[in-house]
Amino acid sequence: MKPFAYHQPDQIPDVAKLLTSIEDSKLVAGGMTLIPTLKQRLANPPALIDLSKLGNLKGISDDGATITIGAMTPHAVVAASKLVQARIPGLAALASMIGDPAVRSRGTIGGSVANNDPAADYPAGVLGLGATIVTSMREIPADKFFLGLFETALQQGEIITAIRFPVPQKAGYTKFKAPASRYALVGVFVAKFADGVRVAVTGAGPGVFRVPPMEAVLSDNFDPSAIAAIKIDTDGLTSDIHAEADYRAHLVTVMAKRAVDAALS
Amino acid sequence: MQISFTLNGRPTTVEVEPATLVAELLREQLNLTGTHIGCDTSQCGACVVHLNGLPVKSCTLLVPALDGATLLTIEGLQGAPGSNRMHPMQEAFREHHGLQCGFCTPGMLMTAIALATEKPGLTEADVRHGLEGNICRCTGYQNIVISVMAGAAAMNAAKGE
Repeated sequence: MKPFAYHQPDQIPDVAKLLTSIEDSKLVAGGMTLIPTLKQRLANPPALIDLSKLGNLKGISDDGATITIGAMTPHAVVAASKLVQARIPGLAALASMIGDPAVRSRGTIGGSVANNDPAADYPAGVLGLGATIVTSMREIPADKFFLGLFETALQQGEIITAIRFPVPQKAGYTKFKAPASRYALVGVFVAKFADGVRVAVTGAGPGVFRVPPMEAVLSDNFDPSAIAAIKIDTDGLTSDIHAEADYRAHLVTVMAKRAVDAALS
Repeated sequence: MQISFTLNGRPTTVEVEPATLVAELLREQLNLTGTHIGCDTSQCGACVVHLNGLPVKSCTLLVPALDGATLLTIEGLQGAPGSNRMHPMQEAFREHHGLQCGFCTPGMLMTAIALATEKPGLTEADVRHGLEGNICRCTGYQNIVISVMAGAAAMNAAKGE
């Protein structure tokens, strides 16, 4: 790692000030992506701005129709939360599958969502549940937040403060893990609401995406068999050393069926 | 920057650059070389320590995270107070041959103790899921899993005494 200055502001306006005044400075939440990036010298920021001293960014609250999770809440806390387990068990299950216990101790929901890694788990949950990303400036619906490979709607100096999840009738998440990294080769989050079903896929392409044909049939018949015959177009899916696009396309249907199963169990 | 924390029960203050990893601080400045660096890419888990009671990979942790925190490393493990014994999880690894070369063992032990502390009544599936971030290239894991189950049972028994 190259040397950097380290800032630990305790007020959100100070974060924005530092971010805009120090060119190429980076935010650090749990650091589970950023620190490996720094170690490999893929990034050499002159300064890190640590978000851990900001108040009110940790914790989970029940707002009735929604559950709000503070941006600095670690995956382990979401996975073990009795509240999330009771209200959105599919989301608690997703959190319990991220990385490994040590990664879950440090990694945060805000960090994962802001980074928008194409194989990260949380973007599938956030998009699948149609969550709202609450930032220091505004509220952004998930459908307008994820813009493809590591790209989000966040602007310079804007930080995520919380994610607000609507409570579904049922939801489930399943992933086919890359065995070494435990990232999703393909992960599918399925959520059933009174007004329809949402299906979100991570790992298969350059960014998380929805599958309208599956959503349409599952809205009529929320059963794995309903989507068994739906094939995903390989156009735009990722081919790399881990898997070819046609294999990923196949896995989307398999994982979606299992996610529906998980939601029903 | 100056950082004060509790290390294996003792108040500790260090002067260190912020671009320092906790694993480097432990091994190179504090001479606590029981925490191993295997892959140095947060995959292998040989560097796991407990930060405020939670397992973390010290090769992927910057030193500012230690400020005001409590850190436990493999050197801080101990058996029952007043006894001359090892920690029950260490005893279990010895008894059940949960290691061969031993390089991964400090991280295995720290992860295993965190698992057993978090959930009394671990199942074998819990142990295998919980050890996903700890890689051993010798044993094939069978004896490690047996050791963790036995160590967890011993920790529970000791707690009940």
